[in-house]
Amino acid sequence: MQLQNKRPESLLDVKMHYCPGCGHGTVHRLIAEAMDELGIRTRTIGVGPVGCTVFADAYFNCDMIQGAHGRGPAEATGIKRVKPETIVFSYQGDGDLASIGMAEIVHTAIRSENITVIFVNNAIYGMTGGQMAPTTLIGQRATTCPDGRTAKQAGYPIKMCELLATIDGATYLERTTVHNVPGVVKTKTAIRKAFQNQIDGKGFSMVEILSMCPTNWGTRLDNPSEAVKFVAEGMLPVFPLGVYKDAGAAKGGL
Amino acid sequence: MYQGIRISGFGGQGVISAGVLLAQAGMMEGKEVSFFPAYGAEMRGGTANCSIVVASDEVSTPIVSSPDTAIVFNEPSLAKFEPAVKPGGLLIINSSLINSRAGRADIKTLYVPCNAIAAELGNAKVMNMVALGAFAAATGAMSVDAIARALPKVYKKLKPEVLELNVKALKRGAEFKLN
Amino acid sequence: MAEKKLMKGNEALAEGAVRAGCRFFAGYPITPQNEIPEYMSWRQPQVGGAFVQAESEVSAINMVYGAAATGTRCMTSSSSPGMSLKQEGISYCAGADLPIFIGNIMRGGPGLGNIAGSQGDYWQATRGGGHGDYRTFVMAPASVTEMGNFPHKCYEVAFKYRIPSMILADGIIGQMMEPVEFTTPEIDPAALPVPEWAIGVNKNRAKRVVKSYDLREGCLEVLVNERAKRYRQIEASEVLYEEKMLDDAEIAIVAYGISARVSVAAMKLAREKGLKAGLFRPITLWPFPKARLAELSNRIKKFLVVEVSLGQLVEDVQLSSCGRADVHLYARPGGAIMTADEVCRAVENIVKKGAKEYATAK
Repeated sequence: MQLQNKRPESLLDVKMHYCPGCGHGTVHRLIAEAMDELGIRTRTIGVGPVGCTVFADAYFNCDMIQGAHGRGPAEATGIKRVKPETIVFSYQGDGDLASIGMAEIVHTAIRSENITVIFVNNAIYGMTGGQMAPTTLIGQRATTCPDGRTAKQAGYPIKMCELLATIDGATYLERTTVHNVPGVVKTKTAIRKAFQNQIDGKGFSMVEILSMCPTNWGTRLDNPSEAVKFVAEGMLPVFPLGVYKDAGAAKGGL
Repeated sequence: MYQGIRISGFGGQGVISAGVLLAQAGMMEGKEVSFFPAYGAEMRGGTANCSIVVASDEVSTPIVSSPDTAIVFNEPSLAKFEPAVKPGGLLIINSSLINSRAGRADIKTLYVPCNAIAAELGNAKVMNMVALGAFAAATGAMSVDAIARALPKVYKKLKPEVLELNVKALKRGAEFKLN
Repeated sequence: MAEKKLMKGNEALAEGAVRAGCRFFAGYPITPQNEIPEYMSWRQPQVGGAFVQAESEVSAINMVYGAAATGTRCMTSSSSPGMSLKQEGISYCAGADLPIFIGNIMRGGPGLGNIAGSQGDYWQATRGGGHGDYRTFVMAPASVTEMGNFPHKCYEVAFKYRIPSMILADGIIGQMMEPVEFTTPEIDPAALPVPEWAIGVNKNRAKRVVKSYDLREGCLEVLVNERAKRYRQIEASEVLYEEKMLDDAEIAIVAYGISARVSVAAMKLAREKGLKAGLFRPITLWPFPKARLAELSNRIKKFLVVEVSLGQLVEDVQLSSCGRADVHLYARPGGAIMTADEVCRAVENIVKKGAKEYATAK
């Protein structure tokens, strides 16, 4: 017997605090695998967000910085500009990236900062207790829209890949999902590409990953398939998967 | 020795550059100097003014509220700064653009047609140099030569012929004498 | 002796930061500090540093947070309304023990206020400004030469004690020109040791984490208390002030920045009138020179605080003198500036006529 899929060196052997059925653990592992495969662990700096992944600095086996809510892309900019030899990734949730940090993500893309952004979209605020996110679906219940989000009261869910695709500075934008196995495989490929772009000096790359939040969606914890179903039937029609921009080949190295 | 100067006029008349030049010249003469541009509410309406101090001792406040010399390039500046001039001080009036006469008897007044002379010299931009020449000659606070030497320090890309024209304007201004 | 150069206060501050080893600047346009980012935009590339015009002051301070975490000497600057926006990031830097350098070229407030020079951010700078228990090392230059030389001290203190540092100047000190003499040594940042906490390439060492949080029970208190020890050290050893003609003084004018410049002129006028006036100028606003003021208040029984704000510095003077002296105030808020004559009259009224209190002029 031989262990086929051992723990990536880039992921520390510590117990994660994520809820059962949450997608963050999967995404963490995919990032760590990509770091291992590209051989960049010792020169990677991760920028942790505010939210459920605030403890990410304890899980990745690389230098980490944890900063202010939504400002990850700005912090990543500061690091990358003074240490261009490092590989910098910002890990952000939907409230962080698409609400309070909207200006930072947009302008970081405009400047085509040579960084990698991992954007986990689960359509809800997790750590604060299930409030409405900028990506919460119309009709979806949250603790600040107990009868479901209405367009009249709170507008529409924001589609970040589509939005950023209008920006010349954005190099690579892809939306993937981790709710099923093919999705996980594709997500891994996308993350690798987003890092490879940075290694090649191609500029701003972001992977938006649709993910589950059984705890705050109120789906049954003893039946993870309910949360999976919410991604498949609720989120996918609003947030279609695919590559929204791939200008890497045209842009070349910097 | 202490000379507090206020220069005022429309934006574009070279108020700020004249002020910087005086400070640079004073510094090169080994004097203590300061320059402060009014960039605040006073800039509204397109007017600009600045304070310059040239002194033998350390400059305390850079804001000249009662100038020893006021140089005014337009009517609103005359109205504003004539009352501020120290008794016994000097008021230099650009008579090309200012028709009014100074009202105060306790100050010295020098009327210099700055724009007319600049036009004669073939470049309207040097009108501020005419005023500085008059200032140098009337106060003796610094020489025309000192201001001329400061010119290439402040304007590093000045062409030789433009530099020469500025010096000419300074010298023409210096020909104006107090009665 | 170095050659003197006529410079604007803002330019001197930027050049002084570069000479002190600053190799990263992020900022956003706001009057009256625009010369700082403008200067840095060409100067940083010249010395191999980086310049970013950020999309907001919030973003600029967070870029600095990121760059500072790598051990790089970095800077951001702004003016009052923009400084309010930066407070979040300053608090994070304080909480992550990062040495950063900030320039605040104050203007009239509150709100959008105006663009004239003012000192209304004294409380914000010296009390913290952002959320949480922290301190910022704050220096107040009163000349263009000090604008050029103080960044050196700010970086030194910031790196020694791992805290944010700040130059608190008013728009007049920022906009005025004076001959500058750079007297502090030029720092080559490449020759400085890489701090043991800096993140970067992590070959052959354990991973490092820069963060401002600790959710474990009781741990944050320990962390903040440990930081407070450094604050006490700074209070004990980094206080700076200047005194003029206080030996025989009957009244001490207390002022910083542009107010101190006006007050020197007022002091001279008062002396000409036979009034025994002197000047006490705090150079570090935090740590405030409270021990020295306390000492002086045993001998000098009249203080006149002169500030171009509503009465902020005056509270530190009251706290320091602790009832041992009468503390008067001459204040011009809202971007106004007092003349030396006004201050001299106030001195005269207090000394000769025994005026009890001076509040806001007009």
